[in-house]
Amino acid sequence: MKTLSRTTLHMTGSKRTALDMARGRIVLISAIFVISFIIVAGRALDVAVIQGTWGQGQETRTSLLEHKNEKTATVRHDIVDRHGVILARSLKTASLYADPKIITHPETVAKDLTAIFKDMSYGDTLKKLQEDKRFVWIKRNLTPDEQYKILYLGHPGLSFQEEERRVYPQGELAAHVVGITNVDGGGLSGIEASFNKYLGQGTSPLALTLDMRLQHVLKREISYAMTKHRAIGGAGLIMDVRNGEILAAVSLPDFDPNLSGDVKDVKRFNRLTLGVYEPGSTFKLFTTAAYLEKNKNGLGDKFDATQPLVFGRFKINDYHAEDRLMNVAEIFMHSSNIGSALMGHKVGTKDFKDLLSDLGLMTAPDIEIAEISAPLIPQNWGDINTATAAFGHGIAVSPVQLVSAAASVMNGGIKVKPTFILNRDIENKRGIRVVSPETAHHIRQLMRLVVTDGTGSKADVVGYHVGGKTGTAEKNTRGGYDKNRLVSSFLGVFPSESPQYALYIMIDEPKPTKDTYGYATGGWVAAPAVRKTIESMVAILGMEPQEPKDDLKGSLARYVPPKEKINMQKVSHETE
Amino acid sequence: MKLFSRTDQSIISRWWWTVDRRLLATLILLMVIGVFLVMAASPSVAQRIGLDQFHFVIRHSIVLVPAIGIMLCVSLLSLQNVRRLSFLMLAGSIVLMILVLLVGEEIKGAQRWIHLPGFSLQPSEIVKPAFIVVAAWFIAQQKENPNLPGMRIAVGLYGLVAALLLLQPDMGMTFVTTCCFMVIVFLAGMPLRYVCLLGGIGAGGAVAVYHTFSHVKSRVDRFLDPESGDTYQIDKSLAAFQNGGLFGTGPGLGEVKATIPDAHADFIFSVAGEELGVVFILILIAMYAYVVLRGLNRVMDSEDMFVVLGTGGLLSMFGLQALVHMGSALSLLPTKGMTLPFISYGGSSLLGISLAMGMVLALTRKQAKSGVARGGLSIRPIGG
Repeated sequence: MKTLSRTTLHMTGSKRTALDMARGRIVLISAIFVISFIIVAGRALDVAVIQGTWGQGQETRTSLLEHKNEKTATVRHDIVDRHGVILARSLKTASLYADPKIITHPETVAKDLTAIFKDMSYGDTLKKLQEDKRFVWIKRNLTPDEQYKILYLGHPGLSFQEEERRVYPQGELAAHVVGITNVDGGGLSGIEASFNKYLGQGTSPLALTLDMRLQHVLKREISYAMTKHRAIGGAGLIMDVRNGEILAAVSLPDFDPNLSGDVKDVKRFNRLTLGVYEPGSTFKLFTTAAYLEKNKNGLGDKFDATQPLVFGRFKINDYHAEDRLMNVAEIFMHSSNIGSALMGHKVGTKDFKDLLSDLGLMTAPDIEIAEISAPLIPQNWGDINTATAAFGHGIAVSPVQLVSAAASVMNGGIKVKPTFILNRDIENKRGIRVVSPETAHHIRQLMRLVVTDGTGSKADVVGYHVGGKTGTAEKNTRGGYDKNRLVSSFLGVFPSESPQYALYIMIDEPKPTKDTYGYATGGWVAAPAVRKTIESMVAILGMEPQEPKDDLKGSLARYVPPKEKINMQKVSHETE
Repeated sequence: MKLFSRTDQSIISRWWWTVDRRLLATLILLMVIGVFLVMAASPSVAQRIGLDQFHFVIRHSIVLVPAIGIMLCVSLLSLQNVRRLSFLMLAGSIVLMILVLLVGEEIKGAQRWIHLPGFSLQPSEIVKPAFIVVAAWFIAQQKENPNLPGMRIAVGLYGLVAALLLLQPDMGMTFVTTCCFMVIVFLAGMPLRYVCLLGGIGAGGAVAVYHTFSHVKSRVDRFLDPESGDTYQIDKSLAAFQNGGLFGTGPGLGEVKATIPDAHADFIFSVAGEELGVVFILILIAMYAYVVLRGLNRVMDSEDMFVVLGTGGLLSMFGLQALVHMGSALSLLPTKGMTLPFISYGGSSLLGISLAMGMVLALTRKQAKSGVARGGLSIRPIGG
């Protein structure tokens, strides 16, 4: 009995102690909860009052900076030409949206809206206004007049959002280079796409190398030639051979970037950078340069152009009537395919390819525009490919590449990197030599000779010593080369003694006319366009004419007999 | 109020005179505030996911009536019946949780829901209060009868429940259940060195969870380093408090709330902050603190270990859920999908918390052999 009671006592005692300990610990837990709730309350005050109500009234340095960044980020920067003419600018406009939940009478609103916007249909508008959403776009980028009319209506549920609209004051003129943006202001093509980030957050307008005056002249002359010869397209380029700056770049047909909507792809296609074409005889420039690099005094070396050249299954023909041995100068002047192929063969495949890649003709050009194509090059380049490439066939390059490579030879042999962006010719200042000054000099002589005595006579401008090379390539269609579908071009340079500008004009599928005596070759189609462009250009740029005695071709007299005059009739039979 | 005579011996009358009426009033007030806040927060959420704008309001109100009913009915129960009910529900919800693993529907990456005709139920909301009461009883029982391995049984049950919760996986519930179990064990008089050891194990477990579950890792990473990922929810939540300021934008006039994902459930506190202001928020915090402290204070008088442990565990669950919800919304804690008791939308969570608070009301009813009434927070002298 006693033992039992002691056990009971002990049990009760331990229970007491346990309960007391539990009570002490409840106090501890309560204290933890009190502290936690106080922390949460303090934090609520901190967020809502200290950071909220009080913080909003104060313009701290960081909030000002953030605000500034916000502002610059919303306005996309201008694109201007080299003289500051605006090519693209963003304007603040109002865009109209509706909140269908708030609109009380959709029928009335739709009727009023279609009365203001004639291009919107009543049915579609009504459908939009009855959608089960809180936000529907009605019309983007209103004019101030349209906005006033909407405000005057005073319908609830119609609201405006400030947006930017990209406008192109020059219209079609530089559309391919400048490019376009989508409705939300992101670059879609051209410089707008390739400099999208810079334009979105840059600090100053983006200046291009283009000169709108020259752009206008070039476009005018290419359009004229296209109309005259009923061509399907055309392209042209004016480049400063000293630093690679592109002063004018035209691709036709073109489009008006201000008009959104369906533009045919053919109009958006930039022939200068995205198109690749078999260059034809203009490529002989590089063959001759390669030959003269290997044979320093090779201008008088003779080649037998009397027999067609046979390469395995292939046969290279010359429609040329010169039934004799010709020296290098004559081959260039008469644009002999057999002669050029023989020269290419003598240079050798490896050295020829090396020069082409030094000139940047083997890889896609490095230029600041979104639309770039890599050249089409034979996959397994054998001797036959060297022979055809020597006269510009079996290889296709973009015009911008061709002109850059030619400029690299013409300017004295220093590699030129083409550029659309003003003051970005840093790479060109390094001066990578691709051909020797002597070779460059000879090429200039030869190009001048083509204009004074050869196929390019229609490009000459008195006093400006134009040099150049014609090119006529037959288009490669499915059934082989098509004699009636040509790409006729002229690659010019002036003044020949100390070149400043390279010009290139290419006409796609020109048709012969009466006053060209049935010919649609580069000499008849592109050369006159180049002449007229240069005539306007020298007036715009204020370039003074030079004395006739400065002429280059005189020194070539010992290679090309002065009595020899090229008969135009005969010339036009050649594949130039 | 002379609704019932003190001499009336009916169940209802006895209940009226013994139940903590102030606690009950506070809880019902919270429920009413909850209806208004769900009304403010849910229409934009409902529209965003393509439902009728009053979808959540209606469903919340439908659950509210049975929830109040459950709370009142459970509060009528005697201690013995509370325990019996808990045993039944623990067994039932464990079975359901196993079923959820097998047939449950996956919502937002977690298997927590089981579809009953016309209603979907989250059994893990029910398992928490039931487990707390059962564990409290086993541990308290061991004090009465040292031969019963109460603590071991409780630990075993905890392992089972925690494993089932982790399998769903439901980190928040596991966290709350673990904390509540630790509170019970702590109150039961576990020596402090073991408490420290348990705390260490808990921290280790948290680290393990962080490395095991990718969504937990990403949430914690975003909390520790806001630059590391998307902090949209928390940014919007803080913006709501800032927009609200001292007195709020006024009911229904909040703007930021419309852009907060899950505003009606996991971020309802932010909606309250925007529309009713920080002054109201402080009152709300005070109400939750009042419920926890009043309940804990009331068991100071109790002579029954089961009541002390059970009430301590249940109130810790209630307080902890409120604190985690508020802390998440205020960016004091990593975002944790936890509902605000009695206020957030969510049928299962409302039923579960009503059940739990019904049990608290039942446990804290004045027992016949109650000691001296005391008010305020006081420390009872040792050995008194």
